[in-house]
Amino acid sequence: MMVPYGNLLLLAFTLFLMGAVCAVARRNLLMILIGVEIMLNAAGMAFVGASLKWQLLDGQAFVLFIFAVAASEVAIGLALIVYSRRRTGSVDADHYNLMKG
Amino acid sequence: MALYSVLFYVLATVLLASTLLAITRRQVVHAVVYLIISFIATGLLFYLLGAPFLAALEVIIYAGAIMVLFLFIVMTFSVESGETAKGEIYQWLPAIGLGVISFFVGGVLIFEVPGSKMSLNTGMATPTVFGQFLFKSYWFPVEIASFLLLIGLVGALYLGRQESKKEGKRPEDKS
Repeated sequence: MMVPYGNLLLLAFTLFLMGAVCAVARRNLLMILIGVEIMLNAAGMAFVGASLKWQLLDGQAFVLFIFAVAASEVAIGLALIVYSRRRTGSVDADHYNLMKG
Repeated sequence: MALYSVLFYVLATVLLASTLLAITRRQVVHAVVYLIISFIATGLLFYLLGAPFLAALEVIIYAGAIMVLFLFIVMTFSVESGETAKGEIYQWLPAIGLGVISFFVGGVLIFEVPGSKMSLNTGMATPTVFGQFLFKSYWFPVEIASFLLLIGLVGALYLGRQESKKEGKRPEDKS
């Protein structure tokens, strides 16, 4: 017997909130991407815990797809960051004001 | 068994501390290194929760591939910590306030759900069982995931190519 299921969910939820706060509060584009990675990781943790609670393997299968999505997302995201830095010379989100928004 | 509970709480402490350190670093390199610790702890937690195959994947993909990719990109950039201390507090305060409110609301919700106080049983899905289940029930999503990775590869190549022809036509906007 291990810890209650609520403790695991609370841990995953706290990590998700940390990632969300990082993605909202930081202005460096790389840190925003890191926040998204933390959020995806926390979601996977909740899936694995639910898979253990109900003794079904579907949760673990979904974590595999979350991994695939995270890998392609980070590849595209980093390529976009390099591309935008080549155009504007900065990775600060405040400097992307080409449309004067 | 009490040992598993102790392991869970130790791993949870390591996870929360390293993630908190990672999201507050000013240098991205430091954040990435703290995040590697966080992902390795997540892999150990997956092993504790009975998913050894996903634990190996977590260490290989997240701590290995994704974080090394981040490190490469950070190291190709020059050292420019563009974030100034001024004005940052105006972004941290609302984010942390909303985060704390969401934390309390979510915590109440999580612990009000029936069955959340039920203890987890230990279990283990061996990689053989997991692979057979995956390719029996989820073979089509696996194909879609492979297409997604291929599209990601092509997109990254397209975005990262050198612009040689359109060099003159590029708008020089350095505002």
